[in-house]
Parts: sequence; C-alpha cells; structure tokens
Amino acid sequence: MSREDVLVTAAWAEENLNADGVVFVEVDEDASAYDTGHIPGAVKVDWRQDLQDPVRRDFVDRAGFEKLLSARGIGNDDTVILYGGNNNWFAAYAYWYFKLYGHQSVKLLDGGRKKWELDGRPLEADAVTRAETTYSAKEQDLTLRAFRDEAVAAINTKNLVDVRSPDEFSGKLAAPAHLPQEQAQVKGHIPTAINVPWSKAANEDGTFKSNDELRELYKEAGLDEGKATVAYCRIGERSSHTWFALRELLGYSDVKNYDGSWTEYGSLVGVPVEVGA
Amino acid sequence: MSSCGAPEQGTALPANIDAGKEVVLNGKVTSGGTPVGGAFVRLLDASGEFTAEVVSSPEGDFRFFAAPGDWTVRALHRTGNGEATVSASGPGLHEVAVSVG
Repeated sequence: MSREDVLVTAAWAEENLNADGVVFVEVDEDASAYDTGHIPGAVKVDWRQDLQDPVRRDFVDRAGFEKLLSARGIGNDDTVILYGGNNNWFAAYAYWYFKLYGHQSVKLLDGGRKKWELDGRPLEADAVTRAETTYSAKEQDLTLRAFRDEAVAAINTKNLVDVRSPDEFSGKLAAPAHLPQEQAQVKGHIPTAINVPWSKAANEDGTFKSNDELRELYKEAGLDEGKATVAYCRIGERSSHTWFALRELLGYSDVKNYDGSWTEYGSLVGVPVEVGA
Repeated sequence: MSSCGAPEQGTALPANIDAGKEVVLNGKVTSGGTPVGGAFVRLLDASGEFTAEVVSSPEGDFRFFAAPGDWTVRALHRTGNGEATVSASGPGLHEVAVSVG
C-alpha cells in the first residue's frame, strides 16, 4: 500500500471536488464548523450523534452504519475522502470505522480542515444533499480493534503505544490541556507502554510527517517492528490518528486501536497502572 | 463520554469549572489590534512539545486548562503566525495575548 492509496493532498482534493464517484465527508465532534463553512459538496458526519451508540458505550452497529451511509448518499463503490477539525482526529476515527465495516476505498485529506483553511481554499455554507443509496456494510473486522482484555494481555508482549501528551502519560494531567481536568479514572498509563504523542506524527499544519520521519520516530521510541501493536489514548480518537500512521502509512500489519482507551483502562479494578515518565 | 475535541472558545468560564482548582490560560489572538477568529492556537510546554490545540472564537478568544509551569502559545492563521509565553505559578486565571501577522 502506498501513501497515495490512503492520503490525498489539499491540492488534489480541490481539483477533484466534482469528480464522479468521489464523496467528501467532514467528520467533527460538533457540527458548528461544518455549518458555517465546509469543503464544497462535502456531507457531514457528527462524531457524537452519528457514530456513537446513544445508550451503551460503543459505536454504531453494522445496521446503524449502513443506515448512516445510505442517508448520506454514499455508495459501496464510492471513494470517500474524510477530513475534519482537531487535526483530523475524528476523521481518522471515522476512517477506522470505514475500514472496520469493510469500505473498499477511503482516504484521509492530509492536514484536514486546518491545512485547507491555512491554504485559504474555498469553503461554502450551502446545504448539501445527495441521493440516498442502499449501503451494505460487512461485519466488523476485529483484527483492527482491541478490547480491554487485549490491552491487559499486551503488557510485556505487544507494543503498547500511548499517544497522549507526556503529562497525561506520566499522570500529571488527566485529559488534554484544553479540557477541564476532573475525571473519574486514575491517572497514569498501561505498564510497558511507550509514549509517542499523536502530535509527533503531524506537522504544525496538520499534515502527516513523511514515512521516513514516522518510521524513525516510532523506532527511536522503542517500537519493536517484529511485534503486534495496540495504540490507545483517552477515548480512542487520537489513537486512530496514530493507528493510521502505523498501519496505513507505514504498513505494519497487526496494529489495533484500543478505543476504550484510558477512560476505560483507568477505571478498571485490579489492573496494573504505572505513573511517571 | 466527553471527547478530546476542543470545546467552543470564549472568555466566560463554563459553569462547571472551578478556577480555584484549575490552571486556566486565557487569551486573545489579534492582528494590528483587531481580534482574529478561526486561528489555530497551539499550547506548547516548557520543552516546546505540543500539548493541545484549539480554534480561536470569532472574538479571537482561547483558553487552555494546564498545569503550573512555563508555556508557549503559538497561533497559526492564513494571514500569518505568532507566539507568546506565559508562566503559571498555580491555579487561577492567567492571561496571555498573541499577535499574528
């Protein structure tokens, strides 16, 4: 798999806004950014309303995913270009969903909304409607998803990559610094995890670093290329970004995202927790 | 489950936040004295490491919940970039202004 198979540049995107069989999808945690201006023709997916189960802590099931994509006018044969704010975290999370549910052709817009805006490329606020489709999803590909028992079992056996900030890893902070710090779970990290903040995989403008830089980054942090890898963060969206870098860009084959992440692990009774850098 | 996404920015603290406990870095992005909304504001720790990022409000406002220490706030906008430093000795509101262009 080459970089071009999973990532498109802003310049490519602008040239292909009206291309047949290409659907742009903005994924954000709240839709206010989309509503004030989005890439022309892009449909919106709301991370909270559209991708999470309304009651249980889990994400939409297969039928829910089919319903969502059908309503947005996305067909099984379409090439889906995902982008969003927050350095593409939620777009990367959605990318992971699309892969979990077996979508054939899905790519990320490198740099997401940030790069698009910093470049001064066009945004429009018009409502976008696409003809409804009948989307058919596959069963979840669980080779991409780690659950809590796998996270515990990975201690000392697999690469555990904690992609939170160093202060969250060491236990100084419980959440990223733009959020209030009161949380139910304990602070710290899963023993034997290496700490490679997601942000190290990205340039300042939100684009991914080169494959050479990425490989060097994880190698230097102690990632064993011969072992399987589980990536986690606080709720699984920053780690989707790193999962994308490790599996989709660098091509490591056995890489799972632990979407329960620290809000689950840090609340478990009886599991080992490490603090400090 | 509240996500890690950046909340809407503004000067008024949300009702559930206790400024007596949190280290709050509050500020405004301006260009030639005019507020700049839609700037990408990045919080870097004392070693220059990225910590968090928010988008400034239409009035140019931004806010971080940090820890005591020295911080750099760097703003990116299509009209230009800029940065400023702030030292937070402890809990409370700490003001920081960033000029871009």
